[in-house]
Amino acid sequence: MKNSSPFLRGRQTAEEILEPRPMAKLRRRVFKNHSFLIGAVILISIILIALLAPLFSPHDPYDQDLARRLMNPFWHDKKTNDLYLLGTDKVGRDYLSRLIYGAQISLLIGFLTILISGTIGTALGVVAGYFGGRVDMVVNFIINTRLAMPVFLVAMAAVVAFGASLHVVIMVLGLFLWDRFAVVMRSITMQARDLDYVKAARAIGCSTPYIIIREIFPNVLSSLTVVATVEMANAILLEAALSFLGFGVQAPTPSWGLMLNEGREYMFFSPWLLALPGTGLFLLVLAINLFGDGLRDVTLERER
Amino acid sequence: MKQENALEAVNVSCVFRINQGLLKGSKPLVAVNGVSLQIQKGKVVGLVGESGCGKSTLANILLGLQRPTSGDVLYSGKTATGFSNRHIARRIQPIFQDPYSSLNVTKTVKSIISLPLRIHKIGDAASWDSKVNEMLDLVGLPKRVAESYPSQLSGGQRQRVAIARALIMRPEVVICDEPTSALDVSVQSQILNLLQDLRLELGLTYLMISHNLAVVEHMADRVAVMYLGRIVEEAESAVLFKEPKHPYTRALLSSVLTPDPRLGVPDTQLGTIFPNPIDPPTGCSFHPRCASRIDICSQKMPAPHLEKQHMAECHLFSK
Amino acid sequence: MSEKKDVVLEVDNLRIDIPVSAGLLHPVRGISFDVSRGETLCIVGESGCGKSLTSLAIMGLLPKNADRQADRLNFLGKDIRDFDERQMAKLRGVKMGMIFQEPMTSLNPSYTIGNQLEEVYLRHMSSNRLEARERAIFLLDKVGISSAGSRLGQYPHQLSGGLRQRVMIAMALMCGPDLIIADEPTTALDVTIQAQILHLLAELQSDFDMAMVLITHDLGIVARVADKVQVMYAGRTVEEGNCEAVFDKPLHPYTSGLLRCIPVPGKTQPGEKLGTVPGVVPNLVGDLNGCMFRNRCEFATDECKELAETPTVLENGHAYTCRLKPDEMEPSTGGRL
Repeated sequence: MKNSSPFLRGRQTAEEILEPRPMAKLRRRVFKNHSFLIGAVILISIILIALLAPLFSPHDPYDQDLARRLMNPFWHDKKTNDLYLLGTDKVGRDYLSRLIYGAQISLLIGFLTILISGTIGTALGVVAGYFGGRVDMVVNFIINTRLAMPVFLVAMAAVVAFGASLHVVIMVLGLFLWDRFAVVMRSITMQARDLDYVKAARAIGCSTPYIIIREIFPNVLSSLTVVATVEMANAILLEAALSFLGFGVQAPTPSWGLMLNEGREYMFFSPWLLALPGTGLFLLVLAINLFGDGLRDVTLERER
Repeated sequence: MKQENALEAVNVSCVFRINQGLLKGSKPLVAVNGVSLQIQKGKVVGLVGESGCGKSTLANILLGLQRPTSGDVLYSGKTATGFSNRHIARRIQPIFQDPYSSLNVTKTVKSIISLPLRIHKIGDAASWDSKVNEMLDLVGLPKRVAESYPSQLSGGQRQRVAIARALIMRPEVVICDEPTSALDVSVQSQILNLLQDLRLELGLTYLMISHNLAVVEHMADRVAVMYLGRIVEEAESAVLFKEPKHPYTRALLSSVLTPDPRLGVPDTQLGTIFPNPIDPPTGCSFHPRCASRIDICSQKMPAPHLEKQHMAECHLFSK
Repeated sequence: MSEKKDVVLEVDNLRIDIPVSAGLLHPVRGISFDVSRGETLCIVGESGCGKSLTSLAIMGLLPKNADRQADRLNFLGKDIRDFDERQMAKLRGVKMGMIFQEPMTSLNPSYTIGNQLEEVYLRHMSSNRLEARERAIFLLDKVGISSAGSRLGQYPHQLSGGLRQRVMIAMALMCGPDLIIADEPTTALDVTIQAQILHLLAELQSDFDMAMVLITHDLGIVARVADKVQVMYAGRTVEEGNCEAVFDKPLHPYTSGLLRCIPVPGKTQPGEKLGTVPGVVPNLVGDLNGCMFRNRCEFATDECKELAETPTVLENGHAYTCRLKPDEMEPSTGGRL
């Protein structure tokens, strides 16, 4: 404290900054949150494996050879071959390689779907929440219309109409899974809109798009990521289900859902043909959900 | 003595439509009802009234955030029509009550304070930095604060940041909406002192909106009392606090609890009825709560009575 | 002090510890007071001084991880330190009336106010609905709600803030409590309503001969309502005494500093500099030594760093925790320029 001049503006209060920076706080919370850490580790491992699939997979996943069909994995004594760690499928393709490339497909579908659906849902939700009134009524109507349509049936119909392929599956899921984004973003934006910082921004003369994109959007971002993880898990499971029924990704693409379908007939003699892609799917979805739950706990804790 | 008005509301009204439910349609809510208010350059005008009396709506109208249903707002004598929001923004800035919600928690203090300059494209990045430092110094914050986030600051520090943001474009008028009521007593006095200093230093004009009459008495040159969308009394601060005319003003003044241990809690004699703004009472809107009402009060709205720049809207005086 | 005292609540050396990530937080560090029938004790202090936690500790409503200790915690002559949750609930419903800042959060929005008032009575008083209804109407009338009978059928959202707070008061009084604990009962209300509610509380208190503990940050309210005052700072009482003594001659630099912060119509000149209490409340985690106010005190010396926080008591019961003698603190100029 200096002599009398600080009193002029009561400068004293300002001397101390007691709280750590928000990022530092976030870091501390992240390392205390076990489910977040476990989820993140599994998820990052799967993503790395998928990205570096050519390095990790011992064989070409499409390379068939009926001579070595249905080889057993390493824990079975008979017919074991060191080259095919997890055995081969009914047309002799290396099962480990197919699993690794299957992760690629699942993640690709998950990410692209939430990219499309997230954009649609967030745009609708934020606009509805910010403007309210008539705009909100219209958006609500669109949301309700979408909710009245069964995703699965429409997806199957679309596949029948446009033919089954990776693109069609991604487009259909992306265009259908935006409802939760819209609902959540709408209600969060509505709360944010009434806070004084938005009013202050308006009083400064900020344009409406500026306020929505630069002021409100950063504040709803953490909720957005949480919704995104939920929807990503959802999309991955839907793709697997569609592929399993033959309405999704088509052979010979190594999709986990498709692998489940192909392994179906050997369920009793070679159960790993089902168990392995099933475990992959289970681990990926579990990791995403743990990650999302943890993220919510870490970021949405009340500031103040 | 003719003084220039920095800001003037001329017969401003604002009506909202309140939905009553699916089948009942909507009803009008007159939030501001024919209010005229002059804010002279360099003065502090206090606006007092209970919550729901329309003072915040009036503030929004003056800030250009809400379009009045009728009436006009004059900025330095010029009408607002044709003015864009950005024009108004350079002349008038608000300071809000709650410094916890008035700052965007995802931005650094520097980014918050420099936002007006960036929006109005005044200067370049280098000048923004030096301007932010200058403002921090002006509101009594150390330069280090520039890189921190609002969540790291105390309530008083946040309010200083809000003041710095409001003043960086050197507006003529600052509308202070309950600037200290969310703060601790010891911080409140610092902020009030700061606002006083800044006013003298920068020649600012304030509209002080508050329900704390002690604060208004301390800060304001002129005071307007608002009740259910009308200004029911307006006078120089010294006059109003010495000789309040309107019974409502008298009740307000008597409810100020000064720290005097020899006095008890006053009886305001206002009764428990609180009028519904959707369905306001006939005649003088204050009459159901008024201790000195007479017959005419429930029938006719009183006309404003002006005497020596002291306006009161009450039948006791308008004869 | 009156000779014959009917003490309702006695608190001696109340301490609260809360484990936090950085160590042990001591938000309340030894608070002692007692309130008698017909007496109003005001606990005053700024946010973070521990005043609300003190009231929660008395009512047994502290968060689970908080550790409450006291040398004595007697209510109506009974030691309530070891009361379990059920006994405390009974006590809170019947003998202690509670009034909080925001009535909307204490009233259940989906029941009528009549329902809620009667429920309190029926649960604790083993009585019938008719009596409960009569009691509710009597009290609503008492708290100044006109046409009480028809109000019973209304829902909380149909009432204004002032009326809701009146209903809360009526609810606190349903079972005829001996102690009223009011935590910032008027902070959310307009000034006119605030005056009305305080007026009502004072009236009811003497009508029903209750003890009242009122917690507030507003020195104006304290001066007008209190018989006894406790000024809290950083979890300790820094000054206590009867209301007139404390306000006439505040002896702790914090109290006098706070009093200089508020503008008073008729006393402070409009526009003049108000006093300030510079600085911020200290962190109460870990071991704490010396006077906690020293970092904000204009009279602080090195001596204050080691000083034990023991109160000096004057003859009239006026006590304060500071090394200064009563006359050493100049009728201040500090901070006011």
